[in-house]
This record gives sequence, structure tokens and C-alpha cells, in this order.
Amino acid sequence: MLTDEDRRLLKLIAQDCRLKPEELSIQTGLSPDYIKKRIGEWEKEKVIVGYQPMINWSRTGEEKVAALIEVRVLPQRGYGFDKIAKRLQKYPEITSLFLMSGGYDLTLLVEGKTMQDVALFVAEKLAPHEHVQSTATHFLLRRYKQDGVELMGEEETIQRLVVSP
Amino acid sequence: MNKYLASHVATLPPSGIRKFFDLVATMKDVISLGVGEPDFVTPWTVRESGIFSLEQGQTMYTSNAGLFELREELSHHLYTTLGLSYDPHQEILITTGASEAVDLVMRAVLEPGDVVLVPDPSYVSYAPCAILAGASVHFVPTLAKDDFRLRVEELDKVYTPKAKLLVLSFPNNPTGAIMNREDLLPIAEFVVKHDLLVLADDIYSDLTYDGTHVSFASLPGMHDRTLFVSGFSKSYAMTGWRIGYVAGNADLIGGMTRIHQYTMLCAPIMGQIAAIEALRSATDARNDMVTEYDRRRRLMVHGFRQMGLDCFEPLGAFYVFPDISKTKLSSEEFAEQLLKAEKVAVVPGTAFGPSGEGHIRCSYAYSTEQLLEALKRITHFVEQRLANL
Repeated sequence: MLTDEDRRLLKLIAQDCRLKPEELSIQTGLSPDYIKKRIGEWEKEKVIVGYQPMINWSRTGEEKVAALIEVRVLPQRGYGFDKIAKRLQKYPEITSLFLMSGGYDLTLLVEGKTMQDVALFVAEKLAPHEHVQSTATHFLLRRYKQDGVELMGEEETIQRLVVSP
Repeated sequence: MNKYLASHVATLPPSGIRKFFDLVATMKDVISLGVGEPDFVTPWTVRESGIFSLEQGQTMYTSNAGLFELREELSHHLYTTLGLSYDPHQEILITTGASEAVDLVMRAVLEPGDVVLVPDPSYVSYAPCAILAGASVHFVPTLAKDDFRLRVEELDKVYTPKAKLLVLSFPNNPTGAIMNREDLLPIAEFVVKHDLLVLADDIYSDLTYDGTHVSFASLPGMHDRTLFVSGFSKSYAMTGWRIGYVAGNADLIGGMTRIHQYTMLCAPIMGQIAAIEALRSATDARNDMVTEYDRRRRLMVHGFRQMGLDCFEPLGAFYVFPDISKTKLSSEEFAEQLLKAEKVAVVPGTAFGPSGEGHIRCSYAYSTEQLLEALKRITHFVEQRLANL
């Protein structure tokens, strides 16, 4: 179970993982040693699994397409969906993979340079998979918001008075 | 045309902040820590309900006291969060910002010759509102050695039998001081002993960083003596919506409602509708803002202490109030010279009353980047100043 302090610390790191333990210490009131120790533990326990910047690729001019793919699969006796999911997650083209409730089983986010890349991946790798029953591919047209960040919104320019009581 | 102004208006001094505002306005690229409002935008669900109310054509007057639905929500909110019990039919009045509520309290209870006891330093409106209501003001110093809490010893020093109203403004703007239950109990005794009314300006009550706020009105016997003033501006980042309220004894609220009915009529309806939504669904958003302020508060206190200045740890509101007397500059000199040399705007402590001398008010309702840059510049200024002494 997380303590309130742990939760505060994790939230801060999730917001900006560039903050050094000393900076985190000033902003939380926790000691730098405690923070270092706790972060070490979280890394070991795979609570913290990476430190990545969020890049809005659409602003780089780089060609990139992504598709959400709904997949129906045959669950395997003794393993459920985990075995197939573990195999699918090895494909570098699949950037996210979720087990879903409802009309299909897995949702995959697949990325490639072109639509052709993604289509080929589905046709050659995913669909022929022995446990995959069917796939439905939906190409992403535009990202408006991702991981809590508004990508397309106009900057909200706050016009406050410079001095007010 | 000045001769046409009423004498008590003609002699009303302009706010100390106004003077500073004019100076800052002439300069470019200033980092300002001078703002007394949140840097957050009103939470989306609240904004959305305001937009929807306009789409629905909700553009009419409301009842003088405000939408009953809002008063009912508030009554529930005050009971569950602060243990305060107010009848939404007669004991709550919705006002156009807490500022109007302060004015109404003063006008409803004060007469010429009455004296109002006002903590010093504190928010700039209390004294002028008292004067406009025909009363006069005795400032009660709150001292750094007492963590800027109001003490009965100081009240005793300035008390006069003409005193009728005591203002309590904790968490305090500009000091960030809070008063806990043990601090408030002797004040309650003082109030009973001298048969005073209390204007409790609890506008920052949600912004505390060490336990829950204790409202003066919740102390034994203080319900009827207290006019509880608050609003949505600080807690829910809704300054521009202008929704505040006052709660208290039905007779007193009735008097205020009569003034309000003839002068303001009612608070804006879209703001009232948005306020209902804030109470119903913006608790998490509010708590997130408090967590963020808390982080910045620690950053600021650390920053000023690193400079070698004494900095009281504020436990409420969103201001730090460091002691700059080591620099041998007055508050005004410090603020002016800092602005000119480093382009950082802070507010001189004296803008909030004579006891603010030796201090500056810095708001931390800014992004971390802005705060860090401002701290860097202030550090440079203070280091140079101290080296040249």
C-alpha cells in the first residue's frame, strides 16, 4: 500500500521525471535519502518501469501512422489470454496491448512509417497467428490528447493582472 | 471636480497595491509574484456547466439571496467540511464575490463611532469598507514571533469600548498564517467578554497545508456571533466568476440581504450555476490544486531561507512573507529596487498594513519555472545588497 507521501512522490515523478532527489526533497519535505531509497525500490519492483519524454511526433514532420486493432483470439486452456498476449507483445510494431471486455478480446496499438507497413504487419504477422480469429484495423487520423496532455488545444493564455491584492 | 466627492471618499487612501501596479505596468518582461489569484483556470467541468447554462438561456435574475439549489449545496458543504450548520432558507446569502460580503457585513452592522478591530497585516479591503460604513479602524498587530497569529494580548492593547466588530482573516493574506483551535479559543473568550461580532473571512479555508481548517464559527457559542464569509475564487480558481457568500444569524443575514437587494440585486446567475457544479464535482480538482500549491510553497520557503533571509513557514493561502529587514531596506524600497534591478515584482508588506514593514509578499500561484527564475533573480539582488552593506 502506498502512503500519502509515497503517492505524492510518485505523482511528482510521473509529472516530471527529470527532478533530482534534492529537488524532490525540497518540494515534498521528504529527505533525499528516503527518496533515493524509495525510487530504487520502485525500480526494482517494476513500479517505475521507465523514464521517457512525451514526444508529439506529428509536429516533427516525421512520417508515422498508427492504428488501433481489435483482435479476437482463442483463449488457451490453463493460460487464458496471457500466453498469446505475451507472444504478441514481443513485436516491436505493437506499442500498446490491452485485454478488453466486450465484443473482442485484445486491443493493439500498432505503429509504422506508412499505412502499408501497418497493413503488412496485420496481414503477415498478426492475422495468420494460430490463435487469432479475426482482426479489425482502425487507423488513427489525429491525436488530440494523449496520456493526459492536450496535443492540439490552443494554449490557454491566462491574462491575469500583474499585481492584485 | 474633487470638491464634489464626499469627504470620507476623498480622504480614502488608494490601495498600496494600486501604486505598485502602476509602476509594474510601465515595465516589460517582468516576472510578477504579485498576483493574489490562482494561476489555474477554473476546472473544466465547472466551466462547462457555465457554458451549458448560457446555451440553455439561463440569463435572468435569481432571487436576491441566490439560487436555492446553491444555498442548499453550500449548507451541506459547510456542514460536512467544517461542521457548520446554516439554514439555507434564512442563514446564507450569495454575494458577488466575498468582497461584496465583507462590504455588506460592515454596512449592516456598523454605525458612525463604531470601531472595527482588524488584524495587521491583512487583506486590503477591511479598513476601507469599515470607513465607508462610517466606522473607524484599530489595527491589531500580528507578529512574526507569534507566527503571525492573532493574540489576545495584542487585542487588549488596542481594545476600546466602541469596538463592535472583529475581523478574523485566517488563513491570512499576506502572511499565510493559520489559527488552530487552541489559538481561536482565547479569541472567542475575548469576543464574549466584550460582546463583539466577528467577521470571519475564511476565503482561503480550503488552502491549508497542515491539517484541516478550523472555522471560528464552529467554536462553542460562536455561531450567532460570527458572520462567515467565503467564496469560490480561491478554492476553485473562479476569481472572475464573482461568487461569494456570507452565512450567519438569520436577523443579520436578513439585514444584509436588504442592502444586497437594493444595491446588487443578485449575483450573476451563470456564476451561481457554475458554483453548484464546483461543489458537486470539483473536489478532486481542488485537492490537486492544493497539492500543487503545497509543492511550490516548500520551494519558495526553501528558496528564501537559502538566501539567508528569515522566512516564516506559511501553512495556508498561497503567499510567502519573508523578512527582508536584513537588507536594511524598507519593504517599499526593497520592492521598488528589486523591480528595477531584476524585473521581479513582489508586493511590499506595508500594502497590507503598517505591521507588514520589513516583509514582502510573494505569491506562489505561478508555475515552478517562473518561481525558480524569480528566486534566482531575487537571490542575485539580495546577495549583492548584503555584500555591499
